Amino acid sequence: MTAISENHPIEATGGERVDTPFRRFAAEFFESKVATGALILLVVIVLAALFAPLLSPQNPYDLAQVSILDSRLPPGEKSMDGYTFLLGTDGAGRDLYSAILHGLRISLSVGVMSGIIALLVGMAVGLAAAYWGGRVETVIMRIVDLQLSFPAVLVALILLTLLGKGIENIILALVVAQWAYYARTVRGSALVERRKEYVEAATCLGLSHNRIVFRHILPNCLAPLIVVVTVQTAHAIALEATLSFLGVGLPQTEPSLGLLISNGFEYMMSGRYWISFFPGIALLLTIVSINLVGDQLRDVLNPRLKR
Amino acid sequence: MTAPTLQVENLRTHFFSKDGVVKAVDDVSFEVRAGEVLGLVGESGSGKSVTGFSIIGLVDPPGRIVEGSIHFKGDDLVGLSDEQMRKVRGSKIAMIFQDPMMTLNPVLRVDTQMVETIQAHEAVDRSVALGRARDALAQVGIPSPEERLKAYPHQLSGGMRQRVAIAIAFLNKPDLIIADEPTTALDVTIQGQILYEAQRLCRETGTALIWITHDLAVVAGLADRIAVMYAGRIVEMGETDAVIDRPMHPYTVGLLGSVPSHTKRGQRLAQIPGMTPSLLDLPPGCAFRARCPRADSLCLDAPESTEPRSGHHIRCVHPHGVLESAEA
Amino acid sequence: MTVYIIRRLMQSAVVVFLMSVIVFFGLHVVGDPVYMFASPDAPQEEIEKVIRQFGLDRPVYEQYWLFLKGALSGDLGRSYVFGEPALKLITQRMPATLELAFVALFLAVVLGIPLGLYAGLKPHSSVSRTIMAGSILGFSLPTFWVGIMLIMVFAVMLGWLPSTGRGDTVTILGIEVSFLTLDGLSHIFLPAFNLALLKISLVIRLTRAGTREAIHQDYIKFARAKGLSTSRIVGLHLLKNILIPVVTVLGLEFGSLIAFSVVTETIFAWPGMGKLLIEAIQTLDRPIIVAYLMMIVVVFIVINLVVDILYSVLDPRVRLRDQTV
Repeated sequence: MTAISENHPIEATGGERVDTPFRRFAAEFFESKVATGALILLVVIVLAALFAPLLSPQNPYDLAQVSILDSRLPPGEKSMDGYTFLLGTDGAGRDLYSAILHGLRISLSVGVMSGIIALLVGMAVGLAAAYWGGRVETVIMRIVDLQLSFPAVLVALILLTLLGKGIENIILALVVAQWAYYARTVRGSALVERRKEYVEAATCLGLSHNRIVFRHILPNCLAPLIVVVTVQTAHAIALEATLSFLGVGLPQTEPSLGLLISNGFEYMMSGRYWISFFPGIALLLTIVSINLVGDQLRDVLNPRLKR
Repeated sequence: MTAPTLQVENLRTHFFSKDGVVKAVDDVSFEVRAGEVLGLVGESGSGKSVTGFSIIGLVDPPGRIVEGSIHFKGDDLVGLSDEQMRKVRGSKIAMIFQDPMMTLNPVLRVDTQMVETIQAHEAVDRSVALGRARDALAQVGIPSPEERLKAYPHQLSGGMRQRVAIAIAFLNKPDLIIADEPTTALDVTIQGQILYEAQRLCRETGTALIWITHDLAVVAGLADRIAVMYAGRIVEMGETDAVIDRPMHPYTVGLLGSVPSHTKRGQRLAQIPGMTPSLLDLPPGCAFRARCPRADSLCLDAPESTEPRSGHHIRCVHPHGVLESAEA
Repeated sequence: MTVYIIRRLMQSAVVVFLMSVIVFFGLHVVGDPVYMFASPDAPQEEIEKVIRQFGLDRPVYEQYWLFLKGALSGDLGRSYVFGEPALKLITQRMPATLELAFVALFLAVVLGIPLGLYAGLKPHSSVSRTIMAGSILGFSLPTFWVGIMLIMVFAVMLGWLPSTGRGDTVTILGIEVSFLTLDGLSHIFLPAFNLALLKISLVIRLTRAGTREAIHQDYIKFARAKGLSTSRIVGLHLLKNILIPVVTVLGLEFGSLIAFSVVTETIFAWPGMGKLLIEAIQTLDRPIIVAYLMMIVVVFIVINLVVDILYSVLDPRVRLRDQTV
């Protein structure tokens, strides 16, 4: 009797080409044209930031190359020695195009650095909370909740008030403002994983704590973590720009995009829009492309949306 | 004989999905008379619910009625404008849903949800509407209806909520009620009460009732006639006694065989092998043939609807109980 | 309910206390405010006079003890710059900030909910796609840059709207407000819109997601089966269910509106407490910074409590209880 029902396989799964998880993931990611475009744009931006010194016609911070006589020239004007300023010049006579490439370098490195450190801190704390549970978890999650109830911008602002300007200080402030997001994400997905049977099985096999956490639990938290990393990196870049604009972030010697925009603000009223406008566009494109990639990653990695 | 309240002819409702056309309802015809209870039976995915939603005009894109007519008291509902159809819904044709936990709006009080049903179709005062709502609750056997009117759905039990939903359906004295598995989500004891209540109200008011279910046992005691659906088609339809006692379609025979009963105690329950076919790209011919013990090459052509006995329709070329001796 | 509120308030008091400790001692590590007010080459006596005047000659813990004693009687110290009580300066500036935040919140609701509803009800139309693209942009645009661009377009290029200050104000119940005069309204629009942009995007996304989920619910289908008009289904059945998450999130986001008003106020020279904070940071005016942060913590606590109560009003299924965590 039972043999009959087994004669009807649900669906033939053999005969298909072998898919690696990564290839399937990539195929799903590139299904969206918008996300593909955003990823290409992001790669271009990162390359531009990496090779800024090679790509920019001028070193905007070499005083020998910058002439104050060229200051506040609109886009397309020629310099004293015949070079064309594609995007105009700023108040000190720097070529804006070169300044933006260099600013991008600083903005991206601050964003990525703070993201990586916050990720490591948050991951350690989140895993600790999920793995040990009990009182450790309660205390950690209380602190996380408390901090998350304050907007990141305020936390970073207070911290920079206490620490003063500087690239290390702003990275530290961004880490403090962000670690809680990572901790919450890691703890959330680690808790789900911890309850699954394979962790129990691993415990029964007598595997060490480290091995269970790093070889078994952590890899399974990666998908949500990747999404949070992209979103938070975009956030960190915007936050750094905002803080620099408010005058508590980076010093004038490390002009990120935010500082370039801030410097251009005073010329805005006299109609010299380009000094703030173009760095802003660069900042916008960076953040939008990261966010779009993050959006698509969330859709592709979300197991609930899987068919 | 009076004209039927509802007459569905050659109804086809298809869903145009990304992967292809799903023929959820494929050439379905039946009729229901005033005061009559029709049991529409089938597995999930057989198209029975979509048939109900087609009648009341609530098939959502990507689905739509592609062919056929639905004559309700003489007028064809297919092709009515949205506003005309809205006026029919809730007043002339009402519907009861499967899960009473989900059908009442959780953030609105019972009185709000009842009064709006009346006021959507008639310009009456709130106080008048409230009075009618209270009467309706009393009618379906809800104790202290005055208090229940002030309650939020989450304060009522599942059975109580389904009674409220039934009261709402009867509020505007409809000519037809479509009940889509209204007892499936309830406890067995509550099921019986709800069945009884619905049947009594229909008899009293002369309302026609289409009772959609996957459970033959439920409709056996309730319906006047039964229509069995399989893969978007009605495969067998007739008087309840005739279908239950002398089923002709192999699928109905299989369904009846898989119902546990005390006469078969101790025996192994029969089951229908295989599973419901995907409605996407259904192969031509009889949809049941892959699971049918009687299938042969004749079944490669879709069987037409025939009426081997008076009032008993089937779509099968190898029916039980007819010409059986000749075949053997 | 009362027990619940009392418990919450007690928890909050602990948070306020911890915050004051962190900020007070933290601020003592950075910079020396004395040199902001006395030139470094001033005679030693004058410098010492300033130090004594600010009470900086005492040890830190004693300064904190004095601060705490004062704080309990409503005295958060005197501003080094203005020489006035810090709390008074903050409360003077607070109405302007709150007005800005409330108008921004209003814009977020009035623009965000209809746009989100439309995008949720007709997800495949080109208008909806435009709305959603706009909301991604709204999420990504840094507030301060949008502010600058708004000034550039509407104040500098078109000359339609003013870019600084509050304009004419009217006094109601002892509070000055801008939004009741035409001039004030023209002044508040740009900064409020600037502040609201992020929240508009957020409300659009929340409303759209809520709508997409709700329209497939049985209670919506049942409402349609009852023959209700589309406007009643969307306006009552759908909206009331969607409003629950939207109100919760918006309430919690009100705090971030006040935080971000620091940025907007700086750009639009809006005389609120955020601008005061930035100025105080630049001049190391410690009492102002401490007072601002204390106020902010209190505002946040009040907001969280109000949101919880509002939530229980909106959703009949939720009743506030003394939760055992």
